[in-house]
Amino acid sequence: MGYSDKVLDHYNAPRNVGVLPKDDANVGTGLVGAPECGDVMKLQVKVDPATGVIDDAKFKTFGCGSAIASSSLATEWLKGKTLEQALEIKNSAIAQELSLPPVKIHCSVLAEDAIKAAIEDYKRKQAAAAETDAGQTTESAATA
Amino acid sequence: MLKLPIYMDNHATTPVDPRVLEAMLPFFTERFGNAASRNHSFGWQAEEAVETGRQQIAGLIGASAKEIVITSGATESDNLAIKGVAEMYRRKGNHIITVVTEHKAVLDTCKRLEKQGFQVTYLRVQRDGLIDLDDLKRAITDKTILITVMMVNNEVGVIQPIAEIGRLARERGIVFHTDAVQAAGKIPFDVNALNVDLASLSAHKMYGPKGVGALYVRRKNPRVLLAPIIDGGGHERGMRSGTLNVPGIVGFGKAAEICGQEMAAEGERIRALRDRLNDGLHRNLDEIYVNGSLEHRVPNNLNVSFAYVEGESLLMGISDVAVSSGSACTSASLEPSYVLKALGTGDDLAHSSIRFGLGRFNTGEEVDYVVQRVTEVVKRLREMSPLYELAKEGVDLKKVQWQK
Repeated sequence: MGYSDKVLDHYNAPRNVGVLPKDDANVGTGLVGAPECGDVMKLQVKVDPATGVIDDAKFKTFGCGSAIASSSLATEWLKGKTLEQALEIKNSAIAQELSLPPVKIHCSVLAEDAIKAAIEDYKRKQAAAAETDAGQTTESAATA
Repeated sequence: MLKLPIYMDNHATTPVDPRVLEAMLPFFTERFGNAASRNHSFGWQAEEAVETGRQQIAGLIGASAKEIVITSGATESDNLAIKGVAEMYRRKGNHIITVVTEHKAVLDTCKRLEKQGFQVTYLRVQRDGLIDLDDLKRAITDKTILITVMMVNNEVGVIQPIAEIGRLARERGIVFHTDAVQAAGKIPFDVNALNVDLASLSAHKMYGPKGVGALYVRRKNPRVLLAPIIDGGGHERGMRSGTLNVPGIVGFGKAAEICGQEMAAEGERIRALRDRLNDGLHRNLDEIYVNGSLEHRVPNNLNVSFAYVEGESLLMGISDVAVSSGSACTSASLEPSYVLKALGTGDDLAHSSIRFGLGRFNTGEEVDYVVQRVTEVVKRLREMSPLYELAKEGVDLKKVQWQK
């Protein structure tokens, strides 16, 4: 099986491998896949709360070269995008960019799932924080 | 000087030994006769060469030349043995016993026979890859006509208790076939000492050419009868029609002869290389697991799982080293190795497995290079593995709710 030059490039020099602080309210973490399926991706986004723009993205992936390349490419594409734009990244675009063969399409699907999971996590955290804030405000208002 | 890439996948195939090639070459050009041509010197020369080859092959396994049926390879030999016995002994019974870790040439042949009304028992293996002889004893019925158990597994290299199985089969009057492809030429294999009735062999796993194999068919004590699966001109005593592959047989014979002469010394040399590989990997890396028994194993095999690293990505990182992985990603089926699963290796570790197959032409320098490359790549991939990170944080990966 041959790998495309882009897959090889991302495999040999993966972009944005690393970790963002997962307890940070501005960081969303997605963990998708399963070890017994041979693919697990962890993708994290850090969002600027003022602009809603993703200013950093990191990943770690257990999986084949195509899975590593898909997640590496995803982090590249995420940076500088708004959450809405990020949610528009489709697996087909990843597969096309990396020239993935049919048996590797699932790697790009997993990358799309990871993006969605990370953004969902971020939104969930934001909503929870807003609720807590709102709760505190009401409380302080009542005290006053 | 180290020459790259390094070939360490000798269970898949082996290079033709230069001595074998040299023996074969005249039979492509000057001595090209058909061994079945009885009325001219071209035919006689070819026939003589085939008989020499047959004797050399027989010599390696303690058989007589007349017991060697030439085939196109071990897949055909397995098919002929199993289908041939099934058809010939049908009146006696319809039960076959085999093992879950057999080669697909055996398993898929058995599955086809099941559709034709045969009953097949697939024995499980223990954690070390070996069958439990009590399971075999319990599986035997008065309808059992064939036991087929491979001598050496092609993925994990474990050696089944063939002598005990042979004794049991003989006592019960059941034909015993063994796929000896990964054993012959690597470890002593004597059909009489082991009570084997049928044995599949392949030339290209013992430094001979591809496209030629053999089935040993016992001729006495007891005489085993087979129905052919290929009909035609009645070659090979009617058991396998088709013009003989003369250069292939010459090469197979030479390869078998060399193995017979060099096996003992070569086995020790390769075992030392294998141990050097295993020790080196264990010295450099934690959480690596050898799959299957190390004790009951051919000297040239090492099958290891590198936890938290997916096999195909590891292969990609050691691109100048040719080895195999049990990972799903390296197969078309998207399922990890059924052999490793049968050993009870979890799917996660099956995805992380690498099979090293050492051979005649590997050197200590190559082994050291492979240890170093694998170490580097495993460390690099672990640094980018979310599983490694979770495990180091003390998370039990088995308890995580994965989104499948």
